[in-house]
Amino acid sequence: MAKLRVATTSLAGCFGCHMSLLDIDERLFELLKHIEFDRTPLTDIKHCGPCDIGLIEGGICNAENVEVLREFRRNCKILVAVGACAVTGGLPAQRNHLDLGACLTEVYLTEPGLAHGGIPNDPELPLPLDKVHPLHEVVKVDYFLPGCPPPADAFWQFLTDLVAGRTPELGHGLIKYD
Amino acid sequence: MQPSDTLDTILPLRPRRPESLLQVLRDIQEIHNHIPAGIDLAVADALDVPLARVRGVIGFYSFLSSEPQGRYRLLFSDNITDRMLGNQDLLQTLCGKLWLEPGKLSEDGLVSVDTTSCTGMCDQGPAMLANGRAITRLSHHRINEIAELVRSQTPVADWPVEFFRVDDQIRQSGPLLDCGPMAGEALEAALDRSPDGVIEQLNLSGLRGRGGAGFPTGRKWAACKEASADTRYVVCNADEGEPGTFKDRVLLTRHADLLFEGMTVCGLTVGAKLGFLYLRGEYRYLLEPLQQLLDKRRQAGLLGVNIRGQAGADFDIVIHLGAGAYVCGEESALIESLEGKRGIPRNRPPFPVTHGYLQKPTVVNNVETFCAAALVTLHGGDWFKGHGTAQSTGSKLLSVSGDCARPGIYEYPFGITVRQVLTDCGAANTLAVQVGGPSGTCIGPHEFDRRLCFEDLATAGAFMIFDDTRDMFEVAHNFTDFFAHESCGFCTPCRVGTSMLKGIMAKVAAGHGTRHELDEVEQLDKVLQQSAHCGLGHTACNPTLDMLKRFRPAFERRLKSLNFQPDFDLDGALARARAMTGRDDAGAHLRTEEA
Repeated sequence: MAKLRVATTSLAGCFGCHMSLLDIDERLFELLKHIEFDRTPLTDIKHCGPCDIGLIEGGICNAENVEVLREFRRNCKILVAVGACAVTGGLPAQRNHLDLGACLTEVYLTEPGLAHGGIPNDPELPLPLDKVHPLHEVVKVDYFLPGCPPPADAFWQFLTDLVAGRTPELGHGLIKYD
Repeated sequence: MQPSDTLDTILPLRPRRPESLLQVLRDIQEIHNHIPAGIDLAVADALDVPLARVRGVIGFYSFLSSEPQGRYRLLFSDNITDRMLGNQDLLQTLCGKLWLEPGKLSEDGLVSVDTTSCTGMCDQGPAMLANGRAITRLSHHRINEIAELVRSQTPVADWPVEFFRVDDQIRQSGPLLDCGPMAGEALEAALDRSPDGVIEQLNLSGLRGRGGAGFPTGRKWAACKEASADTRYVVCNADEGEPGTFKDRVLLTRHADLLFEGMTVCGLTVGAKLGFLYLRGEYRYLLEPLQQLLDKRRQAGLLGVNIRGQAGADFDIVIHLGAGAYVCGEESALIESLEGKRGIPRNRPPFPVTHGYLQKPTVVNNVETFCAAALVTLHGGDWFKGHGTAQSTGSKLLSVSGDCARPGIYEYPFGITVRQVLTDCGAANTLAVQVGGPSGTCIGPHEFDRRLCFEDLATAGAFMIFDDTRDMFEVAHNFTDFFAHESCGFCTPCRVGTSMLKGIMAKVAAGHGTRHELDEVEQLDKVLQQSAHCGLGHTACNPTLDMLKRFRPAFERRLKSLNFQPDFDLDGALARARAMTGRDDAGAHLRTEEA
């Protein structure tokens, strides 16, 4: 049977969810008998091609996040929001009750001790959105893997279910809300 | 009156018990138009409840507020029937004239204008509450007058009496509405029959609760009577909050003597000494007439100690005012509210008949049920059974509103067809009828031969008519917002689920909806059905699903794209950052994805 192609990325996240995926430890070898990685920090492939599964950690805080998310949605048959930030916006979304302009002003212009170099405007830098959004507010998301991070066993259960052609189901203890 | 003096005036009038909390807060709100800072602590001390509970109650009820709401608080009733009569336009006009934004206090602290859930004036709307007093038949002319009265700071008590006129609008009467004044006749019959005799007649009559669920009244009374306890209570649910329902208002206006008679018969039958009438806050204007009637009945020996001269026949009635919470219409939430707490439904079982008010056996019945029970006691079960159908005996009051020539109250024997009601009230080109309010059923023209009875279309009495000029999506949207507003917040599935449903409807209304959103409604319904704590959550998706089933084109014509769309403008979300950085290069923009 052909291997399932899996892409992963971290947007406005901390890579903690990726670390948790790696925590499946030696089961990674078993998993690699059934899947192969496309774009992911593990392969360093820069753009994702047609895939079966896309795992995205982190919410959407800037223009580049939107472009990457759209690239994943275009290419992945199944798109999964992984972890609290992807599911709800998480920690980065704490800035949502602040005005973006006031944030930038305080950080780059008025806060004592910081270089008064002005607000960065290099075209290479992605522009921040006025609010941080969870994935499902920008594209359609097929599955949600909650937790901060989701436990390694949740990744294992979820991926082995999909590999076996079952509807993924996380049993007791695998759904985390913190 | 100074806030510090307020309590000295109010407290002596109420029992100093935790159960008085909501009533005391209502009194304070009426005097100051809000609960002034610091007074909450004094109330907590006086009634021996924790401060957190006082603040919890203030936060829970719509009509209580810890922030000043102005000397004039004008709340537009926002049921779909008010909307159909143009209340949104009137609200904007009034705000324009008073120079303020909806929901915000004017800068001089004089006035605020906002919306509230259905005030039960659907047949004579659009309606509003001015400092809690109901005003009917709003028009541009009347709005101009109100703006002038506010600007000239005329007290609401001095506003033209005509504003506050509430008509009964009885269009068709039957055995219940034709009943003359009741001055002890049913009581006399009850005393003659003995408690078991009364219950026997109720069982024989087949009378079922008129609040919607249809539980057999005789069985309820018998269960309460037989529950082992030293004290029992009778509660009348007059928290008529279901949008589109106003028949209890008419019964309370015209047939309160029959209601009190029914409650007293119940008290003597089950062995209760005290009854409560839980009157919804929107019907505050009925309080004084009802109190006067109670006094009159006490003087006539129909209430109080040794009723009708019979030793040990003691029963009295206390009126308890609600403060704007739909969920309190659920009987266990209503009991919580009677106990002065937030109106959060209890786990059932145990049911109120064994563990009700203060955990004592309690009969909770609807206004109409008590009235019918009084008639059964007077005329006997066989007489009552002569009307209606096999499973739904007697008659039913319908509150007819919406697109028809003669909105108002109609009394029919159970089993009447929807079509007959539509004909009688002069409805033409009818597209849909919402039977039983938002938590009931929406039916289309192919179902107009269905019958109003427990065997087919069960209803607590709301009957809202929509003709073919109406957009049924707007109706579903209004009901969805209603449930999100009225969710008590206790259980997460309902608190979050009703808000998500509201978000979905807003997204579709704004033209960002796709097939995905319509499917989401069904998913949400499953979650709410399985996990919500009470009926509010269970029924919150009903109107949307009913209308999707029958009027899908009203939803689909709002869908613009097959692909998922965000409900906000992504490129617009970068505008602030563009302005701050001065950038306008290609990377500083997000294009809209092709549909």
